[in-house]
Amino acid sequence: MINKAFSFCCTCVLLLLSLLANAQQQNTEKGPVNEFFRSNDKIYVIVGVLLIIFAGIIIFLISLERKISRLERRDHQERQ
Amino acid sequence: MAKHWWKALAVLILTYTIIAGFTHKIPIIGTNGQSSRGLYFHVPMWVCMYTMFTISVINSLRYLSGYDLRKDALASAAGGVGVFYGVLGFATGTLWATYTWGSTFTSDPKQMLTAVALLIYMAYLVLRMSISDIDKRARISAVFNIFAFALLIPLTYIIPRMVDSLHPGSASTPGFASKDTDNNMKMVLYPAFIGWTLLSVWIFTLVVRYKKLELKNIFK
Repeated sequence: MINKAFSFCCTCVLLLLSLLANAQQQNTEKGPVNEFFRSNDKIYVIVGVLLIIFAGIIIFLISLERKISRLERRDHQERQ
Repeated sequence: MAKHWWKALAVLILTYTIIAGFTHKIPIIGTNGQSSRGLYFHVPMWVCMYTMFTISVINSLRYLSGYDLRKDALASAAGGVGVFYGVLGFATGTLWATYTWGSTFTSDPKQMLTAVALLIYMAYLVLRMSISDIDKRARISAVFNIFAFALLIPLTYIIPRMVDSLHPGSASTPGFASKDTDNNMKMVLYPAFIGWTLLSVWIFTLVVRYKKLELKNIFK
């Protein structure tokens, strides 16, 4: 059940995102954050991209680690 | 949490590697341009691969000295993770070569012999899958693994060092000498080696724990 609800939520969010993409406007906002990301030929955008991917991989590894730990604990209890 | 500190260290170092690796100042030389920054990501893949294959061959030897199947699980996990990093290193290298050497696949000895070494290790994984008897699989693949490691070092390190090659670390362009890497780049490169190696060890421990759970009825 949880999985179905989760995938439904994901689909809704993605559909909403596609609506956002339709209503696209060029981001011309000023401000220190925007200035920073546009400086140096926008290299910081790609640094951000890589940090997001890296964070995703680390979060995935941590969740895998916790799942394996849970299985090991269950296995340990079964043996006693 | 005390035993997880090195994983946090790996994340910290790699975050530093990504940020500094893309933004700090590097010398622009020849056809490399900004692609020299690939040094912080391409070379550590091979360091991870060598680390994993070393762990793998040590555990194969330990398996053969006592026939403990746990050692075989360690050896096969390290072999799998090592091939994974080797493929990543090869893929990043070919992409880099496409835009600096002028071609994705050249007759460069380092590139060709590394492909051969990787194929030998892929054969190790295929060999493991092809034998269903667990003890027989462990013994035959342990012996194969020792031969594979004995070939890995000459193929990827010694022969490319003796002949001319486009790749740094050959007879005409020796790598890792004290003068040929910019000091500024070493500030990122050496932490990158440590960070990526710690990450590969983390992945390796996860694979080992999974394999031990899978075979828990045998290990009792």
